[in-house]
Amino acid sequence: MANSSPSTGRFAQVALGLALVAALAAVPLVAPRAVTQDLFGILTLLVLAMNWNMLAGFAGLVSVGQQAFVGIGAYFMFAAVILWGMDPLVGVLIGGLAAMVFAVPMAFFAFRLHGAYFAIGTWVVADIARLLAGQWKALGGGTGTSLPKGTTKDMFGVQWVKDVLDVSSAAAADAVTYWLALVMAVAMLVASYVFLRSRMGLGLQAIRDNMQAARSVGVDPTRLKAAVFLLTAFGTGLCGALIFIQITRVTPDAAFSVLDWTAFVIFVVVIGGIGTLPGPIVGVIVFYILQRLLADYGTVYLIVLGLIGIAIMLFARRGLWGLFTDRTGIDPFPLRHRPPAAPKS
Amino acid sequence: MTGAEMPILSLSSVSKSFGALKVTDDVSFELAKGEALGIIGPNGAGKSTLFNLIAGNLRPDQGSVFLDGKDVTRETAMQRCSSGIGRSFQIPQPFGHLTVYENLLVAARFGGSVGAGEAPALCMDILARTGLAAQADKVSGGLPLLQRKRLELARAMATRPRVILLDEIAGGLTEGECHELVATIRQIHAEGTAIIWIEHVLHALNSVVERLMVLNFGKMLMIGKPDEVMAAREVREIYLGIEA
Repeated sequence: MANSSPSTGRFAQVALGLALVAALAAVPLVAPRAVTQDLFGILTLLVLAMNWNMLAGFAGLVSVGQQAFVGIGAYFMFAAVILWGMDPLVGVLIGGLAAMVFAVPMAFFAFRLHGAYFAIGTWVVADIARLLAGQWKALGGGTGTSLPKGTTKDMFGVQWVKDVLDVSSAAAADAVTYWLALVMAVAMLVASYVFLRSRMGLGLQAIRDNMQAARSVGVDPTRLKAAVFLLTAFGTGLCGALIFIQITRVTPDAAFSVLDWTAFVIFVVVIGGIGTLPGPIVGVIVFYILQRLLADYGTVYLIVLGLIGIAIMLFARRGLWGLFTDRTGIDPFPLRHRPPAAPKS
Repeated sequence: MTGAEMPILSLSSVSKSFGALKVTDDVSFELAKGEALGIIGPNGAGKSTLFNLIAGNLRPDQGSVFLDGKDVTRETAMQRCSSGIGRSFQIPQPFGHLTVYENLLVAARFGGSVGAGEAPALCMDILARTGLAAQADKVSGGLPLLQRKRLELARAMATRPRVILLDEIAGGLTEGECHELVATIRQIHAEGTAIIWIEHVLHALNSVVERLMVLNFGKMLMIGKPDEVMAAREVREIYLGIEA
């Protein structure tokens, strides 16, 4: 395994990764719109999954209230466009920031709770956010509202893509949102890796393993967890806002759906491998294949998903990726800090 | 600054109760800079509780803890670690998914405030001194108990403490291993680190410490030179179970 020099292996990995990203980036140029839209769905689910994995898998914060941030991101993006006349892409940024701001009071309450109580607490706070969104009369209250016609056509970059690729405005808008989703997914992956390899990431892993001992070696658990909670709220909010540019219609029930934005996300992370960086990527691919295979079977689809989730939790705690690394020893994102001079054995 | 006279650590009338049980009862003592103090006492005498009070894992009900003359009673375990109190746990508490080396790296980077550049060398040096160099790359959760105990000592050292609290780290060692451990602790002591060491292995303890404290039912029964304390009738009665 260790025959080739590590830097050669590293180079090959980076090259492979870049090739994969380039291939994904080329999809809107060569594939039909339906494929681009499908992949947009997969990439945004991946971003949500990577955020939840950071939160639950690495910071030990098992939140069932991430739909709050998707919903707030979506609602503030709509507010930015409809009420404040901004570009939807600026709205995405505002959506992310709004989600992060909301995460401050949410953390204030939820951080008093631990384990299962934290999970339920976040769910309750998310539902309060859903009810509040239903009171936002300017955005349609309980029935929600749609983006004005032509909003996405005027979106930043769409006209340019339309001219260059010579496609319809709608296809150009799909391409722009798709590329943004791809950028978010890559950025999230890289940022997670850099964060986990940093001093903060090391502290986070220590907290996960033993809170009391972590405190006694000078790690501040509350500060680190709060940092992860706020940052993942930002990432989740950004992603939520982007998803709803593509959907073009927002209602409280859709934007704050615990099933769509948290339950499926948890499923993806658990089958892929919670607490591993590539886990969400594996999970999202498996999820997509299952969805395709079982699409015609209605509720049976959800039952099968549930059974697979239970089986993985019982027999492969660290998911499919965990199984794979345990068997092969291959890990393209090593989080380990190696000692400077490894002792010969 | 009063210089040499200022104790590095002092406890003033510290008490702690768990319900009706008084586990620490009005304990006061001072630890001079660079001094080594041993603590003995029967099981349940409140030795580990006293460590939890000093290190900030517990808050006292009454009394105060001073580090370098500064009242740290209200400070958290994390703050006290950064101020210079390092500790080991009686029941080893490794970061089980991290390697031995990473366990030390966390301690050095956070509690020890060591920069990314110097931390690796510091950690490797401590691993070599504590006989864990060959285990550096092993996941700590899978270590046998003796090596976990060594890891407790090594990790506490990596926080670069001015006072190090060692909680029963010599139990179950062979003669040779115990000898190595004593040599390591002597070296820490020689470098000027103050030590408080709870230990049942008396010959190891008494070969290092300058003073010995006896705890019984949460009360400080005696404190003084090891041979004088060991010779005292009440210590022999209570601690060694010898009827006089």
